[in-house]
Amino acid sequence: MLSVKDVAVRFGGIKALDGISFSIRQGQILGLIGPNGAGKTTLFNCLSRLYTPNSGDILFQGQSLLHRPAHQVAAVGIGRTFQNLASFSNLSVRDNIRIGAHCASRGDMISDVLRLPWSNREEARVNGIVDELLDYLDLNAVADETVSGLPFGTLKRVELARALASCPDLLLLDEPAGGLNHDEVSELGDHIRRIRDERNITVLLVEHHMNLVMSVSDMVVVLNFGRKIAEGTPGEVQADPEVIRAYLGDSH
Amino acid sequence: MTAQQDIALPAGRDKTADRKSGTAMLLLSIAVLAVLFLCPLFLKNFTVFQLTMMLIYAIAIMGLNLLTGFNGQFSLGHGAFYAIGAYTTAILMEHFGIAYGWTIPVAGLVCFVSGFLFGLPALRLESIYLALATFSLAIATPQILKLSILEEWTGGVQGIVIIKPDAPFGLPLSQDQWLYYVTLGTGLLLYWAARNLVRSRSGRAIMAIRDNPVAARSMGVNVSLYKALTFGVSALFTGVAGALAAIVVQFVAPDSFTLVLSIALLVGLVVGGVGWLPGALAGGAFIVFVPNIAEEVSKGLSGAMYGLIMILLIYLMPSGAGGLIRTLADWQKRR
Repeated sequence: MLSVKDVAVRFGGIKALDGISFSIRQGQILGLIGPNGAGKTTLFNCLSRLYTPNSGDILFQGQSLLHRPAHQVAAVGIGRTFQNLASFSNLSVRDNIRIGAHCASRGDMISDVLRLPWSNREEARVNGIVDELLDYLDLNAVADETVSGLPFGTLKRVELARALASCPDLLLLDEPAGGLNHDEVSELGDHIRRIRDERNITVLLVEHHMNLVMSVSDMVVVLNFGRKIAEGTPGEVQADPEVIRAYLGDSH
Repeated sequence: MTAQQDIALPAGRDKTADRKSGTAMLLLSIAVLAVLFLCPLFLKNFTVFQLTMMLIYAIAIMGLNLLTGFNGQFSLGHGAFYAIGAYTTAILMEHFGIAYGWTIPVAGLVCFVSGFLFGLPALRLESIYLALATFSLAIATPQILKLSILEEWTGGVQGIVIIKPDAPFGLPLSQDQWLYYVTLGTGLLLYWAARNLVRSRSGRAIMAIRDNPVAARSMGVNVSLYKALTFGVSALFTGVAGALAAIVVQFVAPDSFTLVLSIALLVGLVVGGVGWLPGALAGGAFIVFVPNIAEEVSKGLSGAMYGLIMILLIYLMPSGAGGLIRTLADWQKRR
């Protein structure tokens, strides 16, 4: 479904990514891990087209992503969440999720200003998507609250709902467990599995939280200093000597 | 955008209180509309003229609010679009003999195109740098209008004098009263349009860009296009205001459209409440009446009085009229 081919990114003299290749199959949950500075977020930003790799290619369902500007990535079926929350803080939870459905709906400014019938119909359809997601992620109680006052764990769910509102085929999660407590992390794990099982969405999970990655992922890719050092099932990766060295140091 | 945050509804609302304050808001709106509709019938012509100017500034401020309050782009140059609107109307009436009513939409369209085109390169500029770019627009406008090449059309320093239209169909209204109603009608139409816009898919995209442009882009919002379009729509509102002003004042001249005008619109925006559309009315009233009040208090120190009133207002209602009304509504809810 998604294949990353020999992607390299340099910032000045630093090689943030050095020839990374891996692929995700339809319906898989792939965990991408690595110590700080391994290049996880850089790779993530290449996938959502905020960065352009210096070389290599990224294919999504057989088509190169690199020819598309960032605002079209959502339209081809890739949704994402952000590591440090990127909510629209002055808007309500409902409106945040509605914006997630931006690319899953059509419209133009003139029809919107004049409230033409098709604009209203489209609005009703979007509201349907949003209501379903509010239920799905248990956000009904806060639906009309302004986002800026809500607790962190709730905001993470809002971001998840927002990403799902575009009805993506592939969901990119950038450290979704960051800042969550133990219970919230296990709840998040359930959500991720449910999203894959019930909605048939493929998931790429970039995460620090080892328990979460090892418990939900089908496959794990390990990066270190911009290179891929291991790839396999959670069991295989945990036993890999190079991974152990990267995380624990040489003496072990 | 702290003002914006202050206006945002507080957390922890309950439904009955919401409905109560909703009803109060509705009654307030009806009262304001009734006063706006009836008052010119009982006032002398000069006051009606002043109220018309208030509505005109309110339209311009609404335009600026769409850009600054909802899209997060700053402009110190909206006086320029006001000038383009005013001159479009004056030139069309003077040189082409077109009826004033038709010149207003044309002025709006011309300003939309100019705003959109100015918005395209300005997209690359963030916050204060954009403010500087638009500042230069405000500085340049009066001089460009005085250029001798354009003098044949613009009338140079002299400007253009236009004739005030009479009320049609033998309506028993004075010229000032008639123009008041034309302005009120246009203003209400534009308010309706602006309200629809900010509550629609496009409006949410516009606000998403203000709150987090990177996230907006990832949600599939074409940030550049929406920013330029918002600039265009904002200029359209301000241009229509300029067109109405030309008709009402019966005169356009370069020195009516200096930086002072752009700043006045910005002051009106802040006084009314950033990100709250009805606040434009309070902003317009401030622009028209506060300088007069200041002058009545002290002729020699009217500038200082104006400053004092402004500081007092900002102290009393730090997030503008919109913030004050929200605070009152909350206070009523808690009782």
